[in-house]
Amino acid sequence: MTLDVARIRKDFPILDRQVRGGRPLTYLDSANTSQKPRQVIDAMTAFYERHNANIHRATHQLSEEATEAYEGARIKAAGFIGAADESEVVFTKNISEAINLVAYSLGNASVFGGAPAPAESRFRLGPGDEIVVTEMEHHSNLVPWQLLCQRTGATLRWFEVTPEGRLDLSTIGELINERTKLVAVVHQSNVLGTVNPVRQIAEAAHAVGALVLADAAQSVPHMPVNVQDLGADFVGFTGHKLCGPTGIGVLWGRRELLNEMPPFLGGGEMIETVWMDHSTFAPPPHKFEAGTMPIAEAAGLSVAMDYLSEIGLDAVHAHEQALLADALTRLGDIDGLRVLGPDQPGDRGTTISFEVDGVHPHDVSQILDELGIAVRAGHHCAWPLHRKLGVQASTRASFYLYNTHEEVAALADGIRQAQKFFGVV
Amino acid sequence: MQIQSLYQEIILDHYRSPHHKGLREPYDAEVHHVNPTCGDEVTLRVSLKKADDGPVVTDVSYDSLGCSISQASASIMTDLVIGKPVGEAMAITQEFLKLMQSKGEAEPDERVLEDAVAFAGVSRYPARIKCALLGWMAWKDATSQALAEPPQHQETGLPS
Repeated sequence: MTLDVARIRKDFPILDRQVRGGRPLTYLDSANTSQKPRQVIDAMTAFYERHNANIHRATHQLSEEATEAYEGARIKAAGFIGAADESEVVFTKNISEAINLVAYSLGNASVFGGAPAPAESRFRLGPGDEIVVTEMEHHSNLVPWQLLCQRTGATLRWFEVTPEGRLDLSTIGELINERTKLVAVVHQSNVLGTVNPVRQIAEAAHAVGALVLADAAQSVPHMPVNVQDLGADFVGFTGHKLCGPTGIGVLWGRRELLNEMPPFLGGGEMIETVWMDHSTFAPPPHKFEAGTMPIAEAAGLSVAMDYLSEIGLDAVHAHEQALLADALTRLGDIDGLRVLGPDQPGDRGTTISFEVDGVHPHDVSQILDELGIAVRAGHHCAWPLHRKLGVQASTRASFYLYNTHEEVAALADGIRQAQKFFGVV
Repeated sequence: MQIQSLYQEIILDHYRSPHHKGLREPYDAEVHHVNPTCGDEVTLRVSLKKADDGPVVTDVSYDSLGCSISQASASIMTDLVIGKPVGEAMAITQEFLKLMQSKGEAEPDERVLEDAVAFAGVSRYPARIKCALLGWMAWKDATSQALAEPPQHQETGLPS
């Protein structure tokens, strides 16, 4: 099935914009944040114009409608990723908070007094325990684990990245062992586009009784992702990379784990009973949703998921793979350009980071910006990965369902112009 | 192309052939500054000497990795501050900072900023202001540290 990209582009008002003195916008920064279709923008406006109220805590009609919009989004999200049921879907403000939720919950389990119930002991960390990550992680799936190790005395270990931009799994037998309590791994790299074999890693982790968290921020928007197939225990993603609004993210967790884990943030709505000296907590997911949640954002995210489901994630993925093949060929033809990570399609998404000899990424992106082409320059919140690949920073072009082959050509042309401007060709 | 206002010829010249680059001895203070958004970095040393009417900048040396704007800015900064009394060099730094905060509205004083007036266009690009300021802020920091210590050259411990 091919996408009608011209029709899709009509759904995204911002793609009509001109920038930098009349250039049509070429938006190649969707790995950073995606643009939003009219349907999502309208849904959020409609929520505020017609249904706005706080959820779960009033008996009036508007509150019922708002609650339905919010809880409806949860049901939608559960279906979107193949959760067993919606109680496994926790809303957060973004994926960083989703990952921190797990890290802080484990931290709380580790410091709470008293003998743990047997079910809780798997969440407790201390000296001698190990957390395993990878060199490919976004800072948001690295720093929370560094902090958890600091708090608990556990040790952080990691899979290395090969020069080709894949995980070096040759060490898996040694890295994942009886001391391992949790493995955190990115599903699709936000820099290299590499898609990692999460299931294989999860099977190794489960064999030693460790928990597995997958950062799926860059995969869920671009391909069909089913959490049962992925095999992890926790999967996080964020709404704003998924044609949805900022301010809302999702943590999916296995029900039996969410049941046993202590809360992260305390506050309104996450309780069952409260006394002056202690509280008991609501069942998941509400146990992990303290305070007023992003309600209009949930309404927007729900419509974003509908929008993508209607088009079909398979079709989105196929379209992006065609753009990827085109882009890798066109960029590969440019002298002095090096793509970071896999330079052929296959087990990689349409996020392409590259170096241009003699032109700093900031300068490449500045020239592209002048041509109306929006890309990202820097280390893309993956500093250790850049260090590992021997690169100070890179330029990143990332594509989505609304991008075209003409835009791929414009990118290649713009890079050549940058080379000419800085006199390296 | 409007971009010429950002990448003035003078900036590209300093980028291709930076002045005073490379770390030198002796020095009174050394700092390492990083632009956390892109990882650009500079290691910068300042050497001061006492004079009757206050300390004077005798040398600024640096090693850096970064974009054209950050590299050219550091190069021009060293041209402007080396040999000047610290008070005057700090005043130039303040003037440059003012220019960077001007959103493209300022009429830079060429008598004070000399080649650095070429950066007026940078102030229209908020994402690049940090690039232009990296070397300057490192210089300011190193000089403040050097002033806090009595000016006395440090030994590096390297074999001579």
